[in-house]
Amino acid sequence: MALEPSVTDLEQLKSHPEVACLVAWNAAAVEGAKFDHNELTIYVERTTLRGACTALKNDGAVQYDSLADVTCVDWFPREPRFDVVYHLFSTVTKKRVRLKVRLSGDDPAVGSLTSLWPGAGFFEREVFDLFGVRFNEHPNLKRILMPDNWEGHPLRKDYPVEGYR
Amino acid sequence: MDEMTPSPVLDAADQTLIMNMGPQHPSTHGVLRLLLEIDGETIVRIMPDIGYLHTGIEKTCEAKFYQQVVPMTDRIDYLCPMTNNLTYCLAVEKLLGLEIPPRAQWLRVMLNELTRINSHLVWLGTHAMDIGAMTVFLYCFREREEILRLFEAVSGQRMMTSYFRIGGVSIEPPLDFFGRVKTFIDAFPEHIDEYENLLTQNPIFVMRTKGVAFLSKQDALALTATGPTLRASGVDVDLRRDAPYSGYENFKFNVPIATEGDVYARYLVRVAELRESQKIVKQTLEGIPEGPVKADAPKVVLPDREKMKTQMEALIYHFKIVTEGFTVPEGEVYQAVESPRGEMGYYVVSDGGAKPYRVHMRSPSFANLQTLQKMCEGRLIADVVAAIGSIDIVLGDCDR
Repeated sequence: MALEPSVTDLEQLKSHPEVACLVAWNAAAVEGAKFDHNELTIYVERTTLRGACTALKNDGAVQYDSLADVTCVDWFPREPRFDVVYHLFSTVTKKRVRLKVRLSGDDPAVGSLTSLWPGAGFFEREVFDLFGVRFNEHPNLKRILMPDNWEGHPLRKDYPVEGYR
Repeated sequence: MDEMTPSPVLDAADQTLIMNMGPQHPSTHGVLRLLLEIDGETIVRIMPDIGYLHTGIEKTCEAKFYQQVVPMTDRIDYLCPMTNNLTYCLAVEKLLGLEIPPRAQWLRVMLNELTRINSHLVWLGTHAMDIGAMTVFLYCFREREEILRLFEAVSGQRMMTSYFRIGGVSIEPPLDFFGRVKTFIDAFPEHIDEYENLLTQNPIFVMRTKGVAFLSKQDALALTATGPTLRASGVDVDLRRDAPYSGYENFKFNVPIATEGDVYARYLVRVAELRESQKIVKQTLEGIPEGPVKADAPKVVLPDREKMKTQMEALIYHFKIVTEGFTVPEGEVYQAVESPRGEMGYYVVSDGGAKPYRVHMRSPSFANLQTLQKMCEGRLIADVVAAIGSIDIVLGDCDR
């Protein structure tokens, strides 16, 4: 299992049906792609996320019918600061794809996927709770792990690991 | 903030009542609080309230060296510590590009299947007790005790094992270990028959479970359910077979599925899984290869104690790893493993340093808990207890 250099060239990655599907659907939505450690990552434009997921879910060749995970990475002080990371899994082809949306630190907000997968609800609440990223059109966006009256978002990089804030 | 946090429970209609179940309720399997909106005895809505066990493990991981995260992972899900260890180790090994020796891989598979048996036994005992069958609990814990003794023999700990290391396992198991596993695993099918004799045809158990807490295939997929909960609704997914890790492709086993989608189906699937796990452990015992249990990577794997005392290089590497950790190349990895509860996923991001930039655990209990609302809508309060038991949640896993 030797390490191979990652492939980031979009033209080269079009052989992957996931990339081909999204480019065919809306070429402007795909900001970039990466194939690394045998895992495919596609960077999606913020406003097109739900459309991209719908395309991947309904496309006959890829059929990403389940959402495995939603999480976030804070790259403070980089800008755009947040990467919201979605892992999709297909129970038909048994393949995985990672979608990433870059969000700015001033007003991190992205469309919710609860209309596609109601199960996204808890994951998005967790990201909202711990990172302060808002998910528009989420039916019940409130804190899930921290107490309701907590101040701040603990998993942000400018939040201390120990001690009072 | 107000428009972001609507509280839908408070505007219940006149005839319904809001009731609290938990967090200190014996059948919630931990500290789970459920807000039940009920109309008489019928459930209208369920709102799970979690977070009582949130300890911020994901944040703490960011302040530890890579190898120091391993003992934190088994504190997440105290019923399957080895599975958590394995998932984290596999993720970091993937980032490092480390090759694991076959003997270590087989040991990992063996211990993982024992963990699955352990976890399913606790589930079976407590689930049956929730429904009213007390005896099964005593039978299950008799066998579980033996597995915990095996864990103690191999790692020195009964529950928080931390036996797996990045690059292999910590030490070679003791001399009589495989013999003890064999004795246990040979006798195990009879024990499964014992549990089944007590439950499978038991009219009270069947009445409490058959047709109760139904979850359709579409709902299970939409609500991101995984593991036995998903398989009992007729979706044929098992990551051990579909995305083999740690050498699972070398073993023959079936993936039990059921299509009924009720509590009884989930019971049948898990009991069948006990039998399959027994088969896998048996296969690992028959063909375990000889060789080292740690990868040949001195910059990552701690040297043997003996070498450290006699060789200069080993001492230097030991000092370096303990004081400075080891660096991991920049990148990100999502490693998913079939845990007893479903898909256990670790998303590890490295920025090239000695500490992980981000560790995220995708825990099966957290995702599966969302199915509760669908299962219990329009059913009686007593069925909620059966439904919670059937999705097999561990609240430590849920809250992290």
